[in-house]
Amino acid sequence: MLAMEYRGPKRVRAVQKPMPEIKHPQDAIVRVLRACICGSDLHLYNGNIPDTRVGSTFGHEFVGEIVEIGPDVTKVKVGDRVIVPFNIACGECHFCRQGMFGNCHESNTEATAVGAIFGYSHTAGGFDGGQAEYARVPYANVGPVIIPPDMDLDDAVLLTDVVPTGYQGAEMAGIQTGDTVVVFGAGPIGIMAARCAWLFGAGRVIILDKEDYRLEFARNYSYCEAYNFQEIGDPVVFIKKITDWMGADCVIDAVGAEAAGNTLQTITGRKLLLQAGSATALHWAINSVKKGGIVSIVGVYGPTDNLIPIGNAMNKGLTIRGNQTSVKRLLPRLIEHVQNGIINPKGLITHRMPLEEVADGYRMFSDKLDNCIKTVLMPPTANQ
Amino acid sequence: MKDNAINTPIDPKQIKGWGIDADPKNDPTYPMRHRMNVGEDPDSKHRPTLQHVDEEVLKSIERPNVSAVFGTPEPPRGLSGLIRRQAYKYSENQYKHWLPMILADRVDMIEGVLDDLAHGHVPNIFAERGAKMDWKYNRSGFFTRLATISLLTAGTIVLFSGKGKNKNKRSKKQRRYQDL
Repeated sequence: MLAMEYRGPKRVRAVQKPMPEIKHPQDAIVRVLRACICGSDLHLYNGNIPDTRVGSTFGHEFVGEIVEIGPDVTKVKVGDRVIVPFNIACGECHFCRQGMFGNCHESNTEATAVGAIFGYSHTAGGFDGGQAEYARVPYANVGPVIIPPDMDLDDAVLLTDVVPTGYQGAEMAGIQTGDTVVVFGAGPIGIMAARCAWLFGAGRVIILDKEDYRLEFARNYSYCEAYNFQEIGDPVVFIKKITDWMGADCVIDAVGAEAAGNTLQTITGRKLLLQAGSATALHWAINSVKKGGIVSIVGVYGPTDNLIPIGNAMNKGLTIRGNQTSVKRLLPRLIEHVQNGIINPKGLITHRMPLEEVADGYRMFSDKLDNCIKTVLMPPTANQ
Repeated sequence: MKDNAINTPIDPKQIKGWGIDADPKNDPTYPMRHRMNVGEDPDSKHRPTLQHVDEEVLKSIERPNVSAVFGTPEPPRGLSGLIRRQAYKYSENQYKHWLPMILADRVDMIEGVLDDLAHGHVPNIFAERGAKMDWKYNRSGFFTRLATISLLTAGTIVLFSGKGKNKNKRSKKQRRYQDL
């Protein structure tokens, strides 16, 4: 089968690989119909996540049709079209039973701090991802959700990560009616977090980024205020100034390890890998939220350390919440929102490319070329 | 501040879905909302059916067992595999775990190129890096990168060839000295 293959930092290609096999009684094999390139994939692409092995296939955002099931699979059958949540969850462990499907304890042998994620290095379980024609989906009784017959596949594929992660970013921010919410990062997740902040009753939503085309997109898609942090001086002072010098009630870090805006963070975090990525957005989040406010982290960082002003977090009495998204927990509500026209996921898609051109897709998304917001990869077998 | 002009105020209530998920009791919110004490959880030791371990799986020492399912596609191999096996002897709490892992990733990259060559395939690094997109959408960036790479390559060649010449000069002087 054709699959994306990682060859080293900033090097990927499409190659022929062996078909995935059933390895566990609850496994299913899925023929991939749509797969996306995610901002989190860039951490892998740039070589920033330890134990990303050459030969791996990325892709944790995909939907597909079930073509084979293991003997214990009862909840889905061959021929079903399914949304595959990006995290792999057993549904039976202590954490899954608390709704923490992003923190499953029975799917990742190689690290305990993170649950398993499709196509996201051996640090996240060593599973191949969905940027391929076929993928192995473990715990098929738990993760996959059947796509409603009236749902567009482009909407469905964004329900695997972007929509739930943006939504959970807003949820974890504990937004109360009338709150001012600041979102750092106008990538797909930040744009969706800004859109979802309104669902929780936000009174004002502000997004910051350095790419004008993304800010313009966010303004139109998320109905929020949008500012280029390269044009406003110190972003923390700016946020204080436009919030009556109090700071935002809630701040969402939707950037993670690839943040720009601070030379020291960029050099130590992204170039020298002395930190687990550049923590500029998180640094700004802690300093720009009000005293007693809430910082919600959905931006991804690596497993080592980061330079952040933890003393300020303590002195300001902040609550800091973060997690990998519990996609499975959120899907029923979010499917409703999509079906009722409240959220329009496919409105984020700007580019569509054949899987064969995966290297170009990564480069375009990584370097933000051609006003790229979200790229969907189409495997050759998607139209069969 | 030029963006202020285009950030027109909006009445949130006009936005479709505004407040639809508002919940005054949403505190603490997820993930603490359904917190469960491990000691009081009668099923905390329950495990799903186990995947058969039929190849080498590196395991974090912060857990007692291999997880019920695990990924199989890229088992450790070569020098990078040796480094990874060493790294997994230390906990996730230690740099001795993570820093060698990053080294292993870079070694793996070189092994990948050698493996390609060994199989008669010369990797098309230009295509693998998606440089076509730079050429298409970022022509100036393309030429800047090309110039930088050319300069670095030329500099490296000059540096090494210069060192070579110096070595020759020294050896000639030494020969003359020896002749005297």
